[in-house]
Amino acid sequence: MKCRKCGETAVINMRQHKLGLCAGHYLEWLPEQVERFVEKYRMFTRQEKVLVAVSGGKDSLGLWDILHRLGYRTEGLYIGLGIGAPQSGAGGDYSGESLRLSEAFAVERGLTLHVVDVEERFGATIPELAVISNRGHGKPCSVCGLNKRYIMNRAALEGGFDALATGHNLDDEVAVLMQNTFNWAAGYLARQAPVLPAAGGLTRKVKPLCRIYEREMTAYCLVRGIEYIYDECPHAEGSTTIYYKDILNRMEADRPGAKLQFYLSFLQAKEQGLFAQAEDKVDLHPCDRCGQPTSAPGDCSFCRLWDKVRLVKQTVGARPQAAPLLAR
Amino acid sequence: MATVKIKYRDKEYEVNAGMTVRDAIKKVGLQPEAVLAVSDGKLITDDTIITDGMRIKLVAVVSGGAPGPRAAAGGAVSITAGGAT
Repeated sequence: MKCRKCGETAVINMRQHKLGLCAGHYLEWLPEQVERFVEKYRMFTRQEKVLVAVSGGKDSLGLWDILHRLGYRTEGLYIGLGIGAPQSGAGGDYSGESLRLSEAFAVERGLTLHVVDVEERFGATIPELAVISNRGHGKPCSVCGLNKRYIMNRAALEGGFDALATGHNLDDEVAVLMQNTFNWAAGYLARQAPVLPAAGGLTRKVKPLCRIYEREMTAYCLVRGIEYIYDECPHAEGSTTIYYKDILNRMEADRPGAKLQFYLSFLQAKEQGLFAQAEDKVDLHPCDRCGQPTSAPGDCSFCRLWDKVRLVKQTVGARPQAAPLLAR
Repeated sequence: MATVKIKYRDKEYEVNAGMTVRDAIKKVGLQPEAVLAVSDGKLITDDTIITDGMRIKLVAVVSGGAPGPRAAAGGAVSITAGGAT
């Protein structure tokens, strides 16, 4: 296959776009697409400060590279989860390797990376937290999500960032969309969007890769020479997201563009008010303890979760929760 | 007929030369949309015809763990466990 722009040998065939591109033109094309979506969905401007959540994976590092190349003002946030640490019970040192790759990426480009290590900061690794709290039916994904959402929001606010960018790609978005559609989870469908505006103590959250295929991001990192963590989180194996991605990829193979069409039709239906009734207005107020937004009376679920853990570990008061997360 | 080795994670497959990369991916029971093919350190498109002497590595694109390959749709495919990726 030849590059549509120059006739050289193509490195990627994007059947959904009927487009083949060589390495050079692909490295130009993808950032142009991301910039187009950043502007279309009014995610942020070049004057605003963006905190990019990085995990050491292809999507987040690829995103940070693209935003940096496009000239946006970015800093990175890495959250150390303690997965693969000796006490976590999972094989390898997943978190250690993903931190190493994230730091190497930032150093190579002269970018600022903030690191918040959950165990160091709060007193336990995520796998330990899952066991102690007895949440998530033996899997740490639920407590992991709660901690990441909390830390990302708090770090973005404390650091004075205008937006928090995550590396969710089209495949991530469509897998969630399919799952929520199968469950007719109207409330979740109403909240799924490329941009979640800032509200009630929650920072603006944006997904600049929401229309970029996972395959395209992998190709970008390979062509660009970005070293990323190849193996995913050991706890993600057998997840429902993977199950839906597999189904969606089979559909895509038969009908190129099926995933993109599903997502775009959803956004259009949403814009036309299909889920308007399901948009519940949650009353948020600051947590009595940490000040982060919560819908629960009194303390937020993060503070309550860690109280329980500290009680079990007998480390009450060892790590003050109100101290700033980011070292300035 | 000449055979070509294809590596994917910790497995190694052999396919016949002369078929496209896309057909080879399907032959070994993987999803064409879920992997990218690399040969001689360069990405190659899935319409590339596999020729004798090529060494191909498949890179998974799906985050969140790797589902095992589904049963191959017949034909001569050999799998060698423990091959380096």
